[in-house]
Amino acid sequence: MTTTEEAPAPPETADERVRRVGGLANLMTRPEIGALAALVLVWVFFAIVAFDNNFVSMAATASILNRAAPLGILAVAVALLMIAGEFDLSVGSIIGFAGIAIMLMVTPGSAGGFGLALGPAIVIALLITLAAGLFNGILVVTTKLPSFIITLGGLFIFRGLATAAARIRTARTQLGGFGDVPGFDILNALLGQKIDIFGAAFDIAILWWIGLTALATWVLLRTKVGNWIYGVGGDTNASRNVGVPVNRLVVSLFVLTAFAAFLVALIQVTQFGGADSLRGEQQEFNAIIAAVVGGVLLTGGYGSVVGAAAGALIFALVQQGITITGVDADWFKVFVGAILVLAVIFNNYIRQRAQKR
Amino acid sequence: MTHNESMTIAPILEVKSISKFFGSVIALHDVSMFVRPGEVTCLLGDNGAGKSTLIKTLAGVHKPTEGEYFFEGKPVDFNSPRDALEHGIATVYQDLAMIPLMSIWRNFFLGSEPTKGVPPLRRFDVSHAKQVTREEMAKMGIDIRNPDQPVGTLSGGERQSVAIARAVYFGAKVLILDEPTAALGVKQAGVVLRYILQAKQRGIGVIFITHNPHHAYPVGDHFVILRRGTIYGDYAKADVPLEQLVSMMAGGADLEALSHELASASRTDTGRAAEELAEAAQAYHATAVEAAEGATQDE
Repeated sequence: MTTTEEAPAPPETADERVRRVGGLANLMTRPEIGALAALVLVWVFFAIVAFDNNFVSMAATASILNRAAPLGILAVAVALLMIAGEFDLSVGSIIGFAGIAIMLMVTPGSAGGFGLALGPAIVIALLITLAAGLFNGILVVTTKLPSFIITLGGLFIFRGLATAAARIRTARTQLGGFGDVPGFDILNALLGQKIDIFGAAFDIAILWWIGLTALATWVLLRTKVGNWIYGVGGDTNASRNVGVPVNRLVVSLFVLTAFAAFLVALIQVTQFGGADSLRGEQQEFNAIIAAVVGGVLLTGGYGSVVGAAAGALIFALVQQGITITGVDADWFKVFVGAILVLAVIFNNYIRQRAQKR
Repeated sequence: MTHNESMTIAPILEVKSISKFFGSVIALHDVSMFVRPGEVTCLLGDNGAGKSTLIKTLAGVHKPTEGEYFFEGKPVDFNSPRDALEHGIATVYQDLAMIPLMSIWRNFFLGSEPTKGVPPLRRFDVSHAKQVTREEMAKMGIDIRNPDQPVGTLSGGERQSVAIARAVYFGAKVLILDEPTAALGVKQAGVVLRYILQAKQRGIGVIFITHNPHHAYPVGDHFVILRRGTIYGDYAKADVPLEQLVSMMAGGADLEALSHELASASRTDTGRAAEELAEAAQAYHATAVEAAEGATQDE
């Protein structure tokens, strides 16, 4: 058996079914291909329709990317979580929660805050925010209930906590004065500043978005953990049976999602000089839309981070396109809803193709 | 017990008097069984006999409520399937073996990914994974041109083969196969039976769960029959002909009653269809045995 079976060259009478999978079919099974195609289509559409409104310009492009960046950062984590088969509906509320946590830490004691220096304030606010993600994750893993329900609860809990905590301590729900905190300049250089390119102001957050997308793509496609994420989303039991630490992975992804929400909150607190307990409203849905438009399956097990980034970009393109053309903003929702439904139909078709050769 | 003649080799895996209760339900009661390296223990039982519970207990999914579990002669207490896997007990489940949307190479290495580089740049060694997958599948006679192909595009037998190849590649000392041939056609079942024999020849202890005695008989060394949560019997191959195995498995009396029923049905006019059905079943049985024997002789 050891000598006779060692024939590495496969016999020429190969299974004909293997050959039939051509290059195009392979390309079609890439999760982000639909989103990238849609991205080009939507851009061309607005480039034609809104050409007179300077849609094709540095300023408009900067505006689109600035809108897309926070959503894109969120979508990176949400996409990983969704590929692993879980939802986080509380992520938008956690943005508001994290923002209030940061501001309460730095606000002077005389104004009801804790008056901490910037460094410790950020560390403590980060830990509190990660605890929110940990809470979601542990609850999902221990109760085995759908994360949809658990985090729907979280959506209200964290929004309510943010508002209540801000009001109890400061009697307000909007906290300002972040620009006066010592050390703000360093933070601003890292997270809040705008970079001037040909007269248009690009947020530095765009770089964070690109960096995180690249990092998450590498993790997803080229590491052990990435393989686990696909596996757990595809079949939790099968993954557990081959030794994937499912619970640890799922909890970590919820914590990661909370981290993304914290980063977005910190960027916005830096950009706006303060926090509002209502910030991040509906961002949970927008992030899910970005991921799904980007080819992530609602049922998990399939998708890509690059797709989610494209999804966030499409979202921002549509938003900018509608605004710039002066069309009533109500149409934005119609447009986004239609794109979402089309994307899901397309994804479903792709998945069935992938499963049935 | 009838297998005492081969006492020279110690069992690699053995459970003694294990029971498993789920609330008031007694899923397993006083079950003892073992497998030796290089042997195939067939675990036979009809639906609801407790096969699944027993497999899950052996695989580390369930903890037995009572009884002892020995691996390589030492008592063990598994907290998770990963624990069992680390000892070298690999379980291939019937329907949960593979993730359809994932590529073959990702499936092959799921949970045991080869890595290269140092942290934080430690990464999944993708090219190695693809190469090994292609090689291991070629050894099983399945030519994978494109390891990126989703497993969902493979046939049932090929999927089982990938799963078995994976377990063997990762150095399983004991291979637990949960009904690997249940959903397969005659030819594909033969392919899977051949790999069971290959694994056995490599010195792996195989626990082969099935409700089909015709699949069990050609490859098994001894047969454990499970009925209603308890061990009905444990027979060496030499001591039990196939017909007896079939009869014991289904419950002799039940089968007799069934054959009477079929016989009386065939006496009437409307019974002609039943007769044809019986003939067809016999023919199918013959081909299955042939295929299985063919698989045996191929070795």
